[in-house]
Amino acid sequence: MSEDRHINFKLMRQYILDHQDGSAPKPAAGGLYSIQPLVAGTEKSKKYWRSLEELADAPEFREFVAREFPQQAEEWNDPFERRTFLKLMGASLALAGLSGCAFQPPEKIVPYVKQPEEEVPGKALFFATASSLGGIATPLLARSNEGRPTKVEGNPDHPNSRNHDPQDRGSSATDIFSQASILSLYDPDRAQTPLYRDESRTWSTFVGEIRTALDEQRPKQGAGIRFLTETVTSPTLAAQLKGILTEFPQAKWHQYEPANNDNARAGAVMAFGQPVNTIYDFSKADRILSLDADFLAAMPGTLRYARDFAARRRVSEAQKEMNRLYMVETTPTTTGASADHRWSVKPSEMEAFGRKLLMEITPVVRSTVQPPQITPNIHATNVPDQWVQKLAADLVTHRESSIVIVGKEQPPIIHALTHLMNSGLLNVGKTVNYSDPLEANSADQRQSLQELLNDIDGSRVEMLVIVGGNPVYNTPADLKLNQERMFKTKLRVHLSQYRDETSELCHWNIPETHHLEAWSDTRAYDGTVTIVQPLIEPLYQNKSAHELLAVFTAKYDQKPYDIIREYWRNAGKQQTVNSKQQTANRTASNAERPQDAANSNPGSSTTTTPTVPSASTDFESWWRKCVHDGFVPGTALPTKTVSVNGANLEQPVAGGTPAIPGFELVFRTDPTIYDGRFANNGWLQELPKPLTKLTWDNAALVSPNTAKQLGLEKTNGKKGREAYVDTVKISYQGRSISDAVPAYIMPGQPDGVITLHLGYGRKRAGRVGNDHGFNAYEIRTAAAPWSGAGAQVEKGPATYLLALTQQHFNMEDPNFSKEPRDIYREQTLEQYLHGEHPENESEMPAKDDTLYDPNLYDYQNQGNGLNYAWGMAIDLNNCIGCNGCTIACQSENNIPVVGKEQVVRSREMHWIRLDTYFQGDDASNPEGTHFMPVPCMHCENAPCEPVCPVHATVHSAEGLNDMVYNRCVGTKYCSNNCPYKVRRFNFFLYQDWETPTYQLMRNPDVSVRSRGVMEKCTYCVQRIQSAKITSEIEGRKVRDGEIVTACQAVCPTEAIVFGDINDPNSKVSKLKAEQRNYSLLGELNTIPRTTYLSALRNPNPEIK
Amino acid sequence: MPQIFHHSTNALAKLTIYGAVFILVALLWVTAELNRSSWNTGQWVERQQPVQFSHKHHVGDDGIDCRYCHTSVETAASAGLPATTTCMNCHKQIWADSPYLEPVRESFRTGKPIEWIRVHDLPDFAYFNHSIHVNKGVGCSTCHGQVDQMPIAYQASTLQMEWCLGCHRNPEKFVRPKEKVFDMQWRQENKTNDEIAEGRSLATKYHIQPPNVLTSCSTCHR
Repeated sequence: MSEDRHINFKLMRQYILDHQDGSAPKPAAGGLYSIQPLVAGTEKSKKYWRSLEELADAPEFREFVAREFPQQAEEWNDPFERRTFLKLMGASLALAGLSGCAFQPPEKIVPYVKQPEEEVPGKALFFATASSLGGIATPLLARSNEGRPTKVEGNPDHPNSRNHDPQDRGSSATDIFSQASILSLYDPDRAQTPLYRDESRTWSTFVGEIRTALDEQRPKQGAGIRFLTETVTSPTLAAQLKGILTEFPQAKWHQYEPANNDNARAGAVMAFGQPVNTIYDFSKADRILSLDADFLAAMPGTLRYARDFAARRRVSEAQKEMNRLYMVETTPTTTGASADHRWSVKPSEMEAFGRKLLMEITPVVRSTVQPPQITPNIHATNVPDQWVQKLAADLVTHRESSIVIVGKEQPPIIHALTHLMNSGLLNVGKTVNYSDPLEANSADQRQSLQELLNDIDGSRVEMLVIVGGNPVYNTPADLKLNQERMFKTKLRVHLSQYRDETSELCHWNIPETHHLEAWSDTRAYDGTVTIVQPLIEPLYQNKSAHELLAVFTAKYDQKPYDIIREYWRNAGKQQTVNSKQQTANRTASNAERPQDAANSNPGSSTTTTPTVPSASTDFESWWRKCVHDGFVPGTALPTKTVSVNGANLEQPVAGGTPAIPGFELVFRTDPTIYDGRFANNGWLQELPKPLTKLTWDNAALVSPNTAKQLGLEKTNGKKGREAYVDTVKISYQGRSISDAVPAYIMPGQPDGVITLHLGYGRKRAGRVGNDHGFNAYEIRTAAAPWSGAGAQVEKGPATYLLALTQQHFNMEDPNFSKEPRDIYREQTLEQYLHGEHPENESEMPAKDDTLYDPNLYDYQNQGNGLNYAWGMAIDLNNCIGCNGCTIACQSENNIPVVGKEQVVRSREMHWIRLDTYFQGDDASNPEGTHFMPVPCMHCENAPCEPVCPVHATVHSAEGLNDMVYNRCVGTKYCSNNCPYKVRRFNFFLYQDWETPTYQLMRNPDVSVRSRGVMEKCTYCVQRIQSAKITSEIEGRKVRDGEIVTACQAVCPTEAIVFGDINDPNSKVSKLKAEQRNYSLLGELNTIPRTTYLSALRNPNPEIK
Repeated sequence: MPQIFHHSTNALAKLTIYGAVFILVALLWVTAELNRSSWNTGQWVERQQPVQFSHKHHVGDDGIDCRYCHTSVETAASAGLPATTTCMNCHKQIWADSPYLEPVRESFRTGKPIEWIRVHDLPDFAYFNHSIHVNKGVGCSTCHGQVDQMPIAYQASTLQMEWCLGCHRNPEKFVRPKEKVFDMQWRQENKTNDEIAEGRSLATKYHIQPPNVLTSCSTCHR
């Protein structure tokens, strides 16, 4: 071993000497826009690239490859000079020596007085619950360690997590927002006590005040009362509101949230004459056309859709067929990145495309519906006509097994056209199903807000109760619930988790409970009622929406659990009555019955027929089972038959007339902080957005050509390689954004279109979320909520520092002497079926062609008793870039947040990162976008190990590359020597050791790291050990699939598989035996335990 | 000019130089000894508890099984400390008025738990699991000593990593039949060749992992 080390150092010395005198090849001169000459030049152009700098081979890129951390990054903005630092160090070293000798204070053990049943200290318990976003539930299974919720997983028993296969074990996936909700629960910035004009009051004072105000309203039948909620799907909450409205018939209930369903609703009304909820079945879809629908990342039902979609792409020796996804989008999305064909169009061109496609489809298919006469009204689009024909032909060939899906951001006409297409393709009832709306009281939210504001302006509102949401911040610029309007109402109450922009203008702020603190019910995307079960008493004096609304009823002090239970108890009794009444109707056809019920009483829970037992004993056991399983069985909304009416589409539809000069704007919810509600969540703020790799900010996305036109630059580094970008001034319909708007050059963005993400520019979000980015709501109007034409954009005077992780941790060859490294691999389905290997297949060196002892990690003959060898396989074909793995890992492994300044210095701590690669030579229209999750590879010949002077990173007998925090002295040699750049160093004390609530949040099975320590992916060793201990006590081996790493559990497409590679029958072994399996940088002979399966694309051979 | 140093100082100088080596070694030895001493490890130190609880009386005299109070020792990482109700199971009937038991009764009355002082305190980065040890034939007394003879509980071992490794490297020296795990009288260590041979066969029987697995860092540190 010691001899090896000598050779290593010799080699290293030689290497350094070779490169010291600047003999490393100099990069080509020229900025980001000199991309074309390189292509024309002699040098072979890059097939895959992560950043425009890389495509252009700019000097900044080379520096990033050569150095993991920017040069002298430690001196940037450093108030201490180096000498002062040394002096300080001298003193603190002496102190450190002393503190090292200190005895630990005696610890206490505090047992229970009466130990709860099932509670064993040290053993986690799991409870079914749910989080909801936009009213749509994500079913969860939350982990509780001694009563503290510490991690959430998906609920595999929930119908949404299960596919049609009865053998299916269910998916434990969640979205990133649910994963990060743990952090929000323990956020010290949460609102904590009821406040009246900024002064703390008790809940009973509030109740008293409201009861008095209600008595005043009673004679007027509540004419002055207005409720403003977000989208409500909860049956109980809806029943409560309806109860209040019965008691106060003149009171009104309004709903508004910025990312609402208005367009889809209006589109359904246009096509069917009534609002519907559309549910897709991707498990039966062979061809999918998505019109701006980001159904893999941001849509109700996205987890189920992603799982079914990925299952149809999981090509192996057994399954040789694969679905095909066409994407037409107005701004790059992760769904577009997974598409086999992707076209970017301007928002104004979408209608023309839709109409053209519909015309191609309808004459061909003999539809049950009469093809409507569509006025051509066609303008040129980016999608050539012959492709539209080919696309239509492909869809028509696969009629009854295709899906045309449209995003909620598209205008109603596109939704209507899509309904026609699906009907024309006979998909309805096969892959596309309709049901009643999920919302308890489906309404056009824009109109609802308009009515509220009219009433406020007319001084008809005396008491405004805002239940959740932040309307002062996020209402449209021309329908703003601003200070002036707020002050026109006499009594304003805001229920909110934070004291935010709206709370500031309200008399009463009631702190809202987190979903892990409150009882509630909500609906999943298909309508299944999902029970929200608390895991912990409210940390502060928080109240749920149910409790707040109860104040307006006679039972004003009812507990939330009683409210929910009573609702379902009554639903059982109600149902008995209903069923008696409906016995006669039951003889009618099954298809019609739900529809009748829906028409008679839209949206109420009686439209669905859960079998709630009426007898109290039956009810109790039924209810306990519902709470245990997390859902009420049989509550999925029944399928509805609706008939398409194309008549409305004949008139030219207003909106999106492309004749307007100027730029087109696209508004989207932010990929990580949504509509701004997660702004104070550090995990989500620091999570690199999947395509831009931007953290802590939003930016105006512009295409490379538009950037050129506007003269926008990205200048790298005043001191190092920080990304300083130009700002733009955007004005739209006379309004402009007040904060600086950094411009980000986005490959694949349509020219002349500027994408703005909502949710930033918060002033009252909390200490994490304040003053990051710009507020796009300032120019978002009610008429153009998602896109608008005619914006003026010009270059702004200032530059702006963005924290981009795009170029961080690059895996290119630092001496640039060879071909670009073969990192991402992809082939077409056709190539795969013909047995072709991807090009540039690198030769693996012989196993003994190494400095390492060839028998050292010979895992098949370790003689280690049970003979486990842990390994992982990541199927790139199924990775959809959702970022779930990164945030699940952060939650499971107590990974700290470092802040924008540190991210700029390449010091983010994520153990698993998601690399985004673009493909092709054309930056404005890349041929493909690819994602690659990169955790520690757990190399058998681990380059990090021999360079550690203190043996802080060593191999375990089962092949794990262990990191021993207590031995680590922070030399960072290991990180320097790691070709995958997966090691993370605690440059500072990033962990918050002080805030008591965060101490409750941490996973007790993982060490909390301190300053000066290297850390990295452990393959979730705590889960491995726990499974091993359980199996050994039970006298068996660990079963395949028993150990599920955090990233694997959260992956909606099951792209990550972990297990024992010594077991030939394990899932991971089978994947590794696939022909697509390859080792990342295998030519370095590191023999990684994590391997990848190359991606497959299924392009239409007729579309080139 | 007279000599500043007398001849005899030569001897002193030599002694100092040679002595320095010994002093250095002695210092190292002292440090090592101090490090292993109970002053540092807390071994043998009796901890005063809020309740004058005697293991000697409960285990030795009354013969109560370890698992009556430490309920999760076979199933979880933590052996578990009895809830107040467990104490009151008996002490509602016997010694119900004893002044020594007032803290227990108070806890039962008020619902405020008893705050015991931790006797065995491992560092937070070591993840010890009772269940796997107990299920593989490592007896209570091997680590905790003869608890049945401790009027006041103390830490019987150093709990240092070298002590852990002593068994993880040579489990056959400490393993006993599973049915004897809770037997306080069983030998704490296998010393004779016969005993070690028995330990070895038990280790095979219980599928105790070989030392290369047991001494992998991530076995205990996560």
